[in-house]
Amino acid sequence: MSLFDWFANRRKETSPLKEGQEREIADGLWSKCDACGVLTYAKDLRTNNMVCLECGHHMRVYSDDRIRQLLDANSWMPMDEQLYAVDPLGFRDRKAYSDRLRDMQGKLHFKDAVQTGIGRVDGLPVALGAMDFRFMGGSMGSVVGEKITRLIERATRERLPVVLVCASGGARMQEGMLSLMQMAKISGALERHRESRLLYIPVLTHPTTGGVTASFAMLGDIILAEPKATIGFAGRRVVEQTLREKLPDNFQSAEYLLQNGFVDAIVPRTQLKATLAQLIRLHQPVTTAPSMPVHRADVSAPNSLHHVVEG
Amino acid sequence: MAPERKPILLDFEKPLAELDARIAQIQELAEENEVDVSEEIRQLELRAVQLRQEIFSSLSPLQRLQVARHPRRPSTLDYIQAISDEWMELHGDRCGSDDSAVVGGVARIGGMPVVMLGHQKGRDTKDNIARNFGMASPGGYRKAIRLMEHANRFGMPICTFIDTPGANPNAESERLGQGEAIAYNLREMFQFEVPIICTVIGEAGSGGALGISVGDRLLMFEHSVYYVASPEACAAILWRDAGKAPQAAEALKITANDLKQLNLIDEILPEPIGGAHADPLAAAETLKSALLRHLTDLNNLTTQQRRELRYQKFRAMGVFAEAIAE
Ligand SMILES: [Zn+2]
Repeated sequence: MSLFDWFANRRKETSPLKEGQEREIADGLWSKCDACGVLTYAKDLRTNNMVCLECGHHMRVYSDDRIRQLLDANSWMPMDEQLYAVDPLGFRDRKAYSDRLRDMQGKLHFKDAVQTGIGRVDGLPVALGAMDFRFMGGSMGSVVGEKITRLIERATRERLPVVLVCASGGARMQEGMLSLMQMAKISGALERHRESRLLYIPVLTHPTTGGVTASFAMLGDIILAEPKATIGFAGRRVVEQTLREKLPDNFQSAEYLLQNGFVDAIVPRTQLKATLAQLIRLHQPVTTAPSMPVHRADVSAPNSLHHVVEG
Repeated sequence: MAPERKPILLDFEKPLAELDARIAQIQELAEENEVDVSEEIRQLELRAVQLRQEIFSSLSPLQRLQVARHPRRPSTLDYIQAISDEWMELHGDRCGSDDSAVVGGVARIGGMPVVMLGHQKGRDTKDNIARNFGMASPGGYRKAIRLMEHANRFGMPICTFIDTPGANPNAESERLGQGEAIAYNLREMFQFEVPIICTVIGEAGSGGALGISVGDRLLMFEHSVYYVASPEACAAILWRDAGKAPQAAEALKITANDLKQLNLIDEILPEPIGGAHADPLAAAETLKSALLRHLTDLNNLTTQQRRELRYQKFRAMGVFAEAIAE
């Protein structure tokens, strides 16, 4: 991939590990890439949206990072932060669902596996949802379903494009059938958004699987994916049980989906914001005629016309 | 409905089988010795009916799953043939395949033209392999939506029948976009103007079931089940022990009763004692009258009302709390 080559060339001067740097790794000043093992100054990595400057590997990021990476500074207006899950089935496997919830809610500053809100991408207003894999594997229960549905409904009312950054293991088993039905609920909201001729772009990140893939992840007008993200419906191990031969190496990868026609483009994280802005601009309703040279006579046109053009 | 096949017994039906055997034995002995045992027989037969009723009214979720998966349980084609005045099966997704795990076509019920479709499990091993045990591939979901689009175009109500362990999880289905095929159906079913009635007739497994289950009404047969993940898979994932399937079946709330209490389904269709397979024609009769009743209700609404109510029906699903923002 040419972008990765560019990074690789640019970083040729990477200095070898010196004495004392080991401590700095522990202090979080330096970060080691899982893919190529090269150390990068953590601040540089963050500036590069956690994409390895050496090899282009996309390290895992979470909902807060997504919001910061995609939206203009200070434009985020979160919605429905007060919604929380209640263990409707009294579910207990090896651990009680209510305990799992309490643990996660104590560790993170949000209450379930998605953050939703309104913000701006390059000045363009969007309804953004960012799933968070840390919260029970990004699984979708009633709260995730309700928050995404409310986001889409608001976007339909206010005529906004919707961007959903997907990262999920699928429906949350601990809420049983209530979780499965969220797939239908969200799809219904997307149907109304679509009927209003508004733009919806899911961004499929690692991993996007199960019930999320079988609902809103695959319903985009335009579907983007991050490089090498795992995207699929059935789990890889389940698929392997159905056959004797090995699966292709790139099975269920973003590249595999692109090859088979299920995503429109694989966009490196460093270009994601610019790509979203470009797509949203391209799909804005045309309020003016294609630009033509302005003649003197047009200037004397009534103000009202001017108004229409500006609006 | 084939004549005199050897019954297939589920483990909890053993006491019933033993009782039946005892009745037969006594009858035989009485005939040999020319003794009148009609009163004893009558008592035992009464006991057998009571026992069957007791057993089937207190089935555990896992036992219900066994009934729902019973090899003789009436299938989509059995029901369609039993309840329709006339019927013609249609084939193909118009994208290059005809998945036999999904069947459907045009039919008439109570004088009304409709489109009926559903998952189709096999009636024997060979048939099951051909139909992939009712696990549809993307082509199956695309065939289903093609038939529903047809129904919508011609103003024919849609009746779907759900009976699948889940969508086909093989590599080819992934390649062809299993997720996309199901997702597309979920969205489009909200859009149709005609009435849609969905009935779970056996087991309804996860997204593969949901892919044809978005409608104005969701009905479930008494012993059918609907789950987000099969108890076996859920036990393996959450308990890391497939042997915990009974606990998972309990915890997941998969029975018609549980789902009615959660307000996720509209009506439970009672089954003949011993399950739908004990008397398929009676089960079909129940289904037919329920479908006709709901079709009549839905036909009294305008298109706009139906679409709005369908939206609100799913919009209300979910249980959560909302703290008052300070
Ligand atoms: Zn690297």
